[in-house]
Amino acid sequence: MRRLLGFLALVALLATGALWMISAPDPLPMGEFADDPGGDPARGQTVFTAAGCASCHHAPESEDKLVLAGGQRFPSDFGTFIAPNISSHPQQGIGAWSLHDFANALLRGVSPEGRHYYPAFPYTSYIRMEPQDVVDLWSFIRTLPASDTPSQPHEVGFPFSLRRGLGLWKQLYLDPAWIVPGAESDEMRRGRYLVEALAHCGECHTPRDAFGGLERDAWLAGAPAPDGKGRIPALTPDKLGWSAEDVAYYLETGFTPDYDSAGGHMVEVIANFAKLPPEDRAAVAAYVKALPDGGAMN
Amino acid sequence: MKITATRLAMAATVAALGTAALAQELPGPVKARQGQFNILAINLGILGDMARGKAAYDADAAQKAADTIVAVSMINEPPLFPEGTSEMDIDGTRAKAEIWDDWEGFAGKWSGLGEAAVSLQQVAATGQEALGPAVGQLGGACKACHDSFRAPE
Repeated sequence: MRRLLGFLALVALLATGALWMISAPDPLPMGEFADDPGGDPARGQTVFTAAGCASCHHAPESEDKLVLAGGQRFPSDFGTFIAPNISSHPQQGIGAWSLHDFANALLRGVSPEGRHYYPAFPYTSYIRMEPQDVVDLWSFIRTLPASDTPSQPHEVGFPFSLRRGLGLWKQLYLDPAWIVPGAESDEMRRGRYLVEALAHCGECHTPRDAFGGLERDAWLAGAPAPDGKGRIPALTPDKLGWSAEDVAYYLETGFTPDYDSAGGHMVEVIANFAKLPPEDRAAVAAYVKALPDGGAMN
Repeated sequence: MKITATRLAMAATVAALGTAALAQELPGPVKARQGQFNILAINLGILGDMARGKAAYDADAAQKAADTIVAVSMINEPPLFPEGTSEMDIDGTRAKAEIWDDWEGFAGKWSGLGEAAVSLQQVAATGQEALGPAVGQLGGACKACHDSFRAPE
């Protein structure tokens, strides 16, 4: 009996140890993004717009959306996440970061201190970003004003408050592969890059499973709103009967084909898309029109 | 038999117009405010389709549509937004509680619509190419308000 207990304790210890190792943050190799070659801030501004950074990180009710003071609240089934200060302030923001720190946050969801970020920060999409876009974005974001507003802690209860568990979550859901395989044309590839990487459309428009991971078999098939009120609409052709031109016009103006006007967080998304070149809106429209019915991926 | 047929027709109507049936139960002020937004959408549709080249440009029709939008923008809003008619209080509306928390901000956004509508009114009959930017500006006024005060579907 004693021997059995001892054995079980050893198994439990090993299992715990294994889980602990699997759940460890997996940062980029030190060599990657080690030297900052100096990006192109003008290009970086386009990346910033397409990635929607300001939409979540500007202060609530602020008219100046380029002060990335944080503070907006994002309720979910797992608790309420509060966007942090990512302004250029050296203490309260990310002004003291290196390019390597920035790339680790965007592409791996790991903080400079080596902790996991919650995936309310869409690194599950940004992991598909091109390295040059990361460099350019970094060169732009550092030009934005500093704010000394402290970041607030997320309001997340046990067990989700154990960030280490996110390491296991990432094993399941952090995947750099494209969702839609085999984009044939430049336009389709650009549309896919915008939708699946920068604009992170799937984070709201794709349903999530019990653990909060995106259901890739229902890609962009619509989902309950994360705050529990209403639904985020489907973008797949079986549900959204808009022409490609309708989709592009909506992304430019916010007008649906019936001239209803977007509401909620989509307003911020449209404000971003409206600033991008028309070819980018057309590329997103082409991608959306080519989605399989129900978002069923094979 | 006749009763059955009538009932069937009624049931079909109710099923088909589920949302309309729901709208019937909404308080009068809510129906009225949704109606005014529908009038805006219909007239924006006339102008937007001309701007996008989906409909032939017609200066007279464009002017009438723009005049109508200005008229709607002059409706006094407080009676259409009584307390207790936010999305938290009743189904069938997307009006966020923030409207009542920040009435001044909301009123400012409605004024913004009025200004954009007057700009549109001034150029609507001057030619097709003027419509796109003016309709876009009006869309900007819609979004500026919806950003804070309208919930998603």
